[in-house]
Amino acid sequence: MFGKLDWSAIPFNQPIPLITSVILILGILGVLGLITVKKWWGYLWREWITSVDHKRIGVMYMLLGVVMLIRGFADAIMMRTQQAVAIHSAGYLEPEHYNQIFSAHGTIMILFGAMPLVIGLMNFVAPLQLGVRDVAFPTFNSVGFWLTASGALLVNISLFVGEFSRVGWLPYAPLSETTYSPGVGVDYYLWAVQISGVGTLITGINMVTTVLKMRCPGMTYLRMPVFCWTTLASSLLIVAVFPILTATLAMLTLDRYFGFHFFTNDAGGSPMMFMNLIWAWGHPEVYILVLPAFGVFSEIFSTFSGKPLFGYRSMVAATLFICVVSMMVWLHHFFTMGAGAAVNTFFGISSSVIAVGTGVKIYNWIFTMYGGRVRFETPMLWSMGFIFTFIIGGLTGVLLAVPPADFLTHNSMFLVAHFHNVIVGGVVFAVFAAVEYWFPKAFGFRLHAGWGKAAFWFAFIGFWVTFTPLYILGLQGMTRRLQHIDVEAWRPMLQLSVVGVAILIVGVICQVIQLVVSILQRDKLRDETGDPWDGRSLEWATPSPAPFFNFAVMPNVEGEEAYWGIKQRAIDTQQLAPEPDYRPVEMPLNSPVGIYTAFFSTVTGFALIWHIWWLAGLGLFAAFIGFVVFAWRDVHEFEVPVEELIRVERGRRAARDAFLERIRQGEGAPS
Amino acid sequence: MSDLPFPIAREAVLRRRADPDLAGHDPHGPKEAVPGTGHGDSGPASKRIIVGYGFWIFLLSDIIVFSCFFAAYAVLQGSTAGGPTIKDIVDLPRTAIETGALLLSSFTCGLSYAATNARNKLWTQVFLGITAILGLIFVGLELQEFIELAGRGATPQRSAFLTGFYALVGCHGLHVSVGGLWLATMMAQVQLKGFRHEIIHRLICFNLFWHALDIVWVGVFSVVYLMGAAA
Ligand code: HEM
Ligand SMILES: [Cu+2]
Repeated sequence: MFGKLDWSAIPFNQPIPLITSVILILGILGVLGLITVKKWWGYLWREWITSVDHKRIGVMYMLLGVVMLIRGFADAIMMRTQQAVAIHSAGYLEPEHYNQIFSAHGTIMILFGAMPLVIGLMNFVAPLQLGVRDVAFPTFNSVGFWLTASGALLVNISLFVGEFSRVGWLPYAPLSETTYSPGVGVDYYLWAVQISGVGTLITGINMVTTVLKMRCPGMTYLRMPVFCWTTLASSLLIVAVFPILTATLAMLTLDRYFGFHFFTNDAGGSPMMFMNLIWAWGHPEVYILVLPAFGVFSEIFSTFSGKPLFGYRSMVAATLFICVVSMMVWLHHFFTMGAGAAVNTFFGISSSVIAVGTGVKIYNWIFTMYGGRVRFETPMLWSMGFIFTFIIGGLTGVLLAVPPADFLTHNSMFLVAHFHNVIVGGVVFAVFAAVEYWFPKAFGFRLHAGWGKAAFWFAFIGFWVTFTPLYILGLQGMTRRLQHIDVEAWRPMLQLSVVGVAILIVGVICQVIQLVVSILQRDKLRDETGDPWDGRSLEWATPSPAPFFNFAVMPNVEGEEAYWGIKQRAIDTQQLAPEPDYRPVEMPLNSPVGIYTAFFSTVTGFALIWHIWWLAGLGLFAAFIGFVVFAWRDVHEFEVPVEELIRVERGRRAARDAFLERIRQGEGAPS
Repeated sequence: MSDLPFPIAREAVLRRRADPDLAGHDPHGPKEAVPGTGHGDSGPASKRIIVGYGFWIFLLSDIIVFSCFFAAYAVLQGSTAGGPTIKDIVDLPRTAIETGALLLSSFTCGLSYAATNARNKLWTQVFLGITAILGLIFVGLELQEFIELAGRGATPQRSAFLTGFYALVGCHGLHVSVGGLWLATMMAQVQLKGFRHEIIHRLICFNLFWHALDIVWVGVFSVVYLMGAAA
């Protein structure tokens, strides 16, 4: 009846997961109870859960990403402390548990933390910058988000029901085959990643179509902000490589569920094929994450230096170069696995060549600041911290890309330090910078600057105190993923690293305080003009928070840096552009299809993990019925009346007039 | 029902020519930027172009899934673990009939779209129906092949080669089956709702899907069956 599921799946005898999950469940029940008591369900349902507004979906993605980031951080704290105490002793985490923690940490951080954060940013920002009212497929966008959430939910269910994978964030075969991993852990991994992968693919298709087919009049390719270019490049990579992940995991699933022999040791299976396939996705995946981050920094450097981006065209070229070359380097993840000198040489060189594209970008950012009037606001601090951090991460990457050197450092703590260096310094710093930067556009007020700066300094210093020791440990020969340690000499560095984690925790606390303080002081921090940073691209042409239709009239772009041009014209002529004639706007209707799909994909996924076949069949059937029912809908759009457009637009113009008035009185632009 | 006669009516052809969505892509159409094509200075493209374009991109990603299974098949082909080889299991006559059915179904699918273009419900349904039947024949024959092979002990569990074979051919068969489900719902929608905009968009997508599966099958037929028989 319930497949492999019975009471032994609940970890009654393991205090740590048990207590965590009880607290989590109580917390969730508490939130649900609060929503019910306060009667917020209607609001949530109408304004968020069924919303197809790209900004709302973007915010929900970010929220999911932040929650998962915290979960992953908790895992990280456990791993660092375990290694610091488990020297010549067993520590406080048994091997089975420790293995689940590092597997969950990597999976959650990359696929359910960083990916939602980056996708959320692309969703929120790109349509605004392109001057359009929504993405190409708003309803699918909602489906994509909810599928990602469904995958994240499955990963977290594994905490309480059963176990998670123990084989690392990539389920290397044959370790992940049933012979060596008979439990449900790998199955949780497979179905969670598979479901969220579909969501990611939807986003990729959506954003490619949006950027290529939905730009406002006059927004030619070479007038697009760099963030839109990186969104395009990242989405193209998603479309090109996520299907590889889907296929690879499907093969592993066939091996595990039906005894196929893709990657098994026996009957002719090929574990090396798994390595090739998974890294053909895996390496581009890290560029899917970091390219939008490059876009964020490009926007921020030019805004806060008060200058157009240096070398815009070379930036575009470098982005596309990285996009293509990132698909030709995957073998550097297994130089040591016997490909031979010629093959290793090729991939060593191609990997180092990527650094050329990245170098071009770094120089462009530095030259953008050169000669500019640099304002050291919080987003700018994160960006400058990024330059420093990322250069080191890139250099250690190039070192790892030299095969003979990699034979010494492969799978060592040096490698661990490398990729945290690029992912934390690149992606996570970018996300924090972006949140500071675009928060007013989403909520209408800025985040508190003082707490933001404090958070940056703690995170920056904490990062280096945590990871520099890992570089040293790697060079001293410590391998990754050790549950306990037998070398006394490594003790000091491991303990220093824990100090770094403590500093990072202070940084996280600062972030939380920043949010709370900002909400309390929101009236003081209110962004009246809609252009709090003296911005240059079209999102700053809208009021803050941006109305659901983004633009009352679609902008008409006449040059690079679309909004800067409009703004300068207004300042020169001392008046706003004449009022256009407004026409009613069609906007997509809300749709529950996203949450519906996610519900049934969670049920089906859970059923498949536990081999509850009837439930899986039922879930698939319900999904099909839902598909038919939703396809039956006739009305997909509603009309926003002209009066509403005029109301919002007049408010915006009044704020802008006030801004011009202030300039006339010599107060200068807000900074 | 439309009063336009079948096959493709002259009116329908003219209407297509006049369709601004297609103008930018028509070699005989105007050359300057056309409003609403999404290129350059013209603003967002029409819904129809966006839907078709997005679906193309989806198809490309689907073809990448297939190429992974092709690659796996190529890698595992020699790993027969003492079991049957490809030469032992190909049955060219049956596969030839399968191929014929599928290629024909692509043709009838195209005809159904010609009828859609002429807004002719009866012929659209007739050709979609024939497409469905041909698809069913294809899937049926494939199933028969699988069952016969399994009866001879050539199951995917037998060797890595058979794993690759079943997965590649089966992945395509699964796509055709899901396409069949989609086709059935499309026929119901056409019948009950007529040629609404979004239904025509979906028919375009369905056509693209069906033709793409055909192209993939040409690859499967050549790489697995023809090269296998020649091996
Ligand atoms: C300058 C460009 C880069 C080069 C040349 C480079 C090179 C490498 C090499 C050779 C390895 C494999 C080392 C080993 O396993 O022995 C590696 C691992 C890794 N890199 Fe990079 N890298 C670069 C940039 C990045 C970026 C930008 C990211 C992420 C945003 C990243 C994320 C990772 C991750 C996650 C791993 C480890 C995966 C694992 O084994 O679990 N790298 N890198
Ligand atoms: Cu890599």
